[in-house]
Amino acid sequence: MSEKIKELKVSAIENGTVIDHIPSHAVFQVIRILKLDSFDNMVLFATNLESKKYGTKGLIKVSNKFFLPEELNKIALVAPHASIIEIRDFQVSSKKIVETPDHVNGIVRCFNPNCVTNHEQVTTRFTVVEKEELRLKCHFCEKITRRSNMEFK
Amino acid sequence: MKNKSLVSINDYTKEEQLRVLELAREFEKNPVQTILQDYVVASLFFEPSTRTRLSFESAVNRLGGKVIGFSEASNTSVKKGESLRDTILTIANYSDLIVMRNPIEGSARFASEISPVPIINAGDGANQHPTQTLLDLYSILKTQGTLDNLHVAFVGDLKYGRTVHSLVIALCNFNTTFHLVSPLELKLPSSVKMHIKEKNLTYHQYTDMEEVIPNADVFYMTRIQRERFSDPLEYERIKNSYNLHHDMILNTKDNFKVLHPLPRVNEIDINVDSSPKAYYFEQALNGVYVRQALMALILGLLQ
Repeated sequence: MSEKIKELKVSAIENGTVIDHIPSHAVFQVIRILKLDSFDNMVLFATNLESKKYGTKGLIKVSNKFFLPEELNKIALVAPHASIIEIRDFQVSSKKIVETPDHVNGIVRCFNPNCVTNHEQVTTRFTVVEKEELRLKCHFCEKITRRSNMEFK
Repeated sequence: MKNKSLVSINDYTKEEQLRVLELAREFEKNPVQTILQDYVVASLFFEPSTRTRLSFESAVNRLGGKVIGFSEASNTSVKKGESLRDTILTIANYSDLIVMRNPIEGSARFASEISPVPIINAGDGANQHPTQTLLDLYSILKTQGTLDNLHVAFVGDLKYGRTVHSLVIALCNFNTTFHLVSPLELKLPSSVKMHIKEKNLTYHQYTDMEEVIPNADVFYMTRIQRERFSDPLEYERIKNSYNLHHDMILNTKDNFKVLHPLPRVNEIDINVDSSPKAYYFEQALNGVYVRQALMALILGLLQ
């Protein structure tokens, strides 16, 4: 019952995608990664909601939009436990957890100030060498960017 | 290996690395040839170098090729703000192969992906310097008669020394036992040790170099740079404890050789130079043969 009340803090959507269990501090990063800031459909979001599991959480609802898995997996970098709920006709039609991708192109900046990606116009490319702690190896300078020094473009 | 850029030592398989060394031996027997006479090699050095640049240029000249390029970027359009992309795309029009040293890490990988001609990385910042690794392997092979099952000591700055990192990784293919001698603050990074562990090889760590000398086959020394230390007194103390003298290598194995990528400062006393166990200047000469072999393979002149 209490779950239902919380859900209703943000209006229900008829069709679209709900991204739940986003860390509160990462809501705006998720918006940026999914480019929802330049999106035309209705987007609802909330942050600092109560969460039994995580203390607080953020939530985003995107109307009339269903994402490809590779689009959504990008947000695993900032929201590793996010769940993706697809809504069709006000009903949950599927529910899954994001997966950390094997490769990350763009999105993340290489932490190494002396890396060519911070000097030339070139898209960053990383291999995810450690998914749990999140360690990204730069394709160019071969240095490891960690969660603690990760910046988003 | 035709048209195959060399950016990181791992771009070449063990077999390809051994092929370069095998051909280097042929060039050493016969270093003056004309096989490059129809070729132009661009030598782009965005930061200073003595051995790498001049040994590349010597290698090209001795094979009859032409060299174009620069030894500092200040008299090129880079000074006017031209991007590396545009510099590479332009110079690729004028040459068959580009040799580049650039202080920006990853610049060689980037160049290899946009350039229509192959790139040889002659050092990209603190990242990679694969031709040094190949000439180190060649020097070890020549002095020891084999690359397999050796006891190799690495001495000095093992944390920042890129030549050490690449050579350790390359030697992991040859069942090496590693003896790692460094001040505590300059130990080999765990990311490099990981390669040793993955191959189930053994390494030992020391802070005192004299302990290792009697057991080593190869003694690979590196320069300890002042700028790595926040405390100048600590630098002075360490600098003096990593100083190799002639009398320290009297009771070494017969095959013992001292290697150093150079430049040295004071970590090897000049009284070591006259010892038959000093090998660093021959090592620098080997760079010419290894680079001749590499360029001949990449240009498809040999297979």
